[in-house]
Amino acid sequence: MKMLHEIAVTVNGDRFVEEVEARYLLVDFLRQRLRLTGTHVGCAHGACGACTVLVDGQPMRSCLMFAVQANGSEITTVENLSDGERLSPLQEEFRRHHALQCGYCTPGMLISATALLAENPRPTEEQIRTYMAGNLCRCTGYTPIVRAIEAASRRKH
Amino acid sequence: MKPPPFLYHAPESLEEVVALLAEHGGDARCMAGGQSLIPLMNLRMARPEVIIDLNRCRELMRIDRGQDSLVYGAMVRAREAEQSDETVTGCPLIPKALLHAGPIAVRNRSTVGGMLAHADRTAELPGVAVALDAMLVIASAEGEREVAATEFFLGDMTTAIEPNEMLKATRFPLASTGAYTEFFEAGVRQEGVAIAGLAAQVLIGESGAVEGIRLAATGVESAPVRLKSVEELLLGSKLDELLIAEAAKLGGSAVGPVDDPFVPARYRRRVTETFVKRALQGAVNQRNANV
Repeated sequence: MKMLHEIAVTVNGDRFVEEVEARYLLVDFLRQRLRLTGTHVGCAHGACGACTVLVDGQPMRSCLMFAVQANGSEITTVENLSDGERLSPLQEEFRRHHALQCGYCTPGMLISATALLAENPRPTEEQIRTYMAGNLCRCTGYTPIVRAIEAASRRKH
Repeated sequence: MKPPPFLYHAPESLEEVVALLAEHGGDARCMAGGQSLIPLMNLRMARPEVIIDLNRCRELMRIDRGQDSLVYGAMVRAREAEQSDETVTGCPLIPKALLHAGPIAVRNRSTVGGMLAHADRTAELPGVAVALDAMLVIASAEGEREVAATEFFLGDMTTAIEPNEMLKATRFPLASTGAYTEFFEAGVRQEGVAIAGLAAQVLIGESGAVEGIRLAATGVESAPVRLKSVEELLLGSKLDELLIAEAAKLGGSAVGPVDDPFVPARYRRRVTETFVKRALQGAVNQRNANV
């Protein structure tokens, strides 16, 4: 018996009305149903942060939410950070500072860093490291990521 | 799609929640923030047949100021609890503990009630509840009952909540003005899973004697351990180096950790000892800075 629930969500400004099974994770809904594959699934149990998206402006792990729970919410994914032509200042600084190698963690990193800069436009290094602690990266050793966020925070002003 | 199928309810009132619990009993699990339950479901370690999602129950999302306490509805988000002015002034131990309770993306979703009802042995908030003698308000279709924190945590992920019940709210007593509060935690990373911790609230009076002291160790046994023997030793005494050393030693011997594949028991004992020492030194330092 497969029971479906109707949900209405706004993702990157577009409204979607879809039917989902209760056990459908938000991240799977974004990637498989909406084909927004920018958001990555790392561990699927909340350890790595690769799937971080903004739910009503707040960073949350989309592997630790069911799509049905996002009913009525506004979701922002990494696809929405640039206009499709030019990178956002944060993305540009990630590139300039080599803040990624394999890039698997990058969507989550960018979303968390975007939320950080919205909340605190001039964070200290310590504040950056604390805020970003939920996003794991196995390539960079984090320093280039911190530098990129610092650089983006300086550009905004 | 990771978890096995389940029946999903998202009631909008407490009345509906307890009615659903009465109907489904032990087959149902309440879902608060889901930051522990969903990983367990994704890993298929938990397979609830019915999920009662509390995320639409607005009445459970309030922080109310009682006469001498703050009452947190079960669905107050961790990040809201840690940032609200009422918490910071009335119950400063709570935000200090919650800084260790997972990264920000988790704390945006996790809840006060969920962290208490989940009762992980290394979780911070249960330690705070035991240290402060919080009262937990448990609801069912039959009505409400209150359980003291010391009687609420029964062991690993085991609490006094019966299958047809849910945690509705928690009452944390307000801290005395000027009390020293700190949460200490040992772990690989601040936001990661802890090895052991200590919730501490210490009030040193004008005379320099300890007028109030509350200590609870987390991660050392299957439920938080209130360090009553240390509290009794220090109450009414002036803290000096010798007494602090004695109290720390007593704290270490008051907990009964066991070896696990990662951490030997004696390490957890030493951590408790060290944290008691740091808490008492911190209280003295804070008082000296204010005199």
